[in-house]
Amino acid sequence: MTQWSGYLGLILQGALVTIELTLMGSVLALIMAFLAGMGRVSRFFIVRAIATVYIEFFRGTSIFVQLFWAYFVLPFAGLSLTPLQAGVLALGLNVGAYAAEVVRGAILSVGREQYEACTALNLGRWQGMRHVILPQALLVMLPTFGNNAIELLKATSVVSLISLADLTFQAQVVRSQTGSTLMPFLSVLIIYFALALMISWGVRTLERRMARGLDGVRV
Amino acid sequence: MDWDWNFVWEIMPTLIQGVKITILATILGSILAAIVGLGIALARRSENRLVARSIGWFAEFIRGTPLLVQLYFIFYVLPDIGILLPPLVAGVIGLGLHYGTYTAEVYRAGIDNVPRGQWEAAKACNLNGRHTWTHIILPQAIPPMIPALANYFIAMFKETPLLSAITVLELMNQAKSVANTYYRYIEPMTLVGAFFLVISLCSVVLLRWLEHRYGRIER
Repeated sequence: MTQWSGYLGLILQGALVTIELTLMGSVLALIMAFLAGMGRVSRFFIVRAIATVYIEFFRGTSIFVQLFWAYFVLPFAGLSLTPLQAGVLALGLNVGAYAAEVVRGAILSVGREQYEACTALNLGRWQGMRHVILPQALLVMLPTFGNNAIELLKATSVVSLISLADLTFQAQVVRSQTGSTLMPFLSVLIIYFALALMISWGVRTLERRMARGLDGVRV
Repeated sequence: MDWDWNFVWEIMPTLIQGVKITILATILGSILAAIVGLGIALARRSENRLVARSIGWFAEFIRGTPLLVQLYFIFYVLPDIGILLPPLVAGVIGLGLHYGTYTAEVYRAGIDNVPRGQWEAAKACNLNGRHTWTHIILPQAIPPMIPALANYFIAMFKETPLLSAITVLELMNQAKSVANTYYRYIEPMTLVGAFFLVISLCSVVLLRWLEHRYGRIER
């Protein structure tokens, strides 16, 4: 039994890499989601077009292909990325494209009267967005963002295939060193599930806090 | 970075071999996911609380963990307890089980959408449980779900490259082996990306049509 503790340490190291990737990927995804989502509802055709192409491209090809493209093809274009950079880039851009549609949907779900109220108060387009529309839309986005974050967490497992030492990679290492299969894979599955539960719990808590003070405003 | 068309034509037959396996895996996986999803949805409505609860948790667990690790689990752990599966079969089971937990939610929503009156009418006509399901509930519940189900099957199609990790010779694996043989990554990886992009852009059109054809509920 003593040897397992060493291997468990290896798996926990992998868990740290997975958490790191999930956090950095989520930050990039959040930035891309707001850029592209607000781009989709822009006044200017060219901004809308760029946002649409970005979203369709990254939703249309799978995360795995994008990751391999970032890791193996970009170096030929003179842009060499470390596995971690390639992973964060592919994960953030991919999940950002899905989340952008959530941002767009949430902005469009805010009632017409709110926009009219902005006009009546003589707020500019940006002011209205910043102070009236987004605070309400954010609450609509939050639950779906939680799902997207879980999808991102699950997608991090593919970075093991470009030799980044995350949870899945460490499980394979333990498997090849010990010949045991059940222990590494089952423990890794449980850690992933625990992380997913933590994300959904965190998002629910955040939602409750943000909904405070909005009672009676929301229908 | 130079694109070589001769090389493209040279590797095309190998890639097409992979495309066949990719499509085969998607079709088999979709069929399995459709069946598994229905099974889970029905089990969660079971009278037996224990069955309903444990199936519910099991589905939640599968949905919260990465497909890649599940594939490893099926491919490496099952042989230890005497179940030896060919890679493609293991891959199809993994895809079917993972997406089955997603399609279960679609079935659940579809079944919940059948009006109460239909259940009561079935009871009034003295139909037994099986006849109520097969003649009254499912025929009304399934058509409105078709667009949502198709959406998940397209998502599954985009996840098939993961099967390359358990040595299934599908498109991504063929592309990788070609790339490793000739040490040229640009063409194979870009072609794989283009292939997925083209198929998923086509599937957007198909989805629109399905939504138009089946999406509305006639009341």
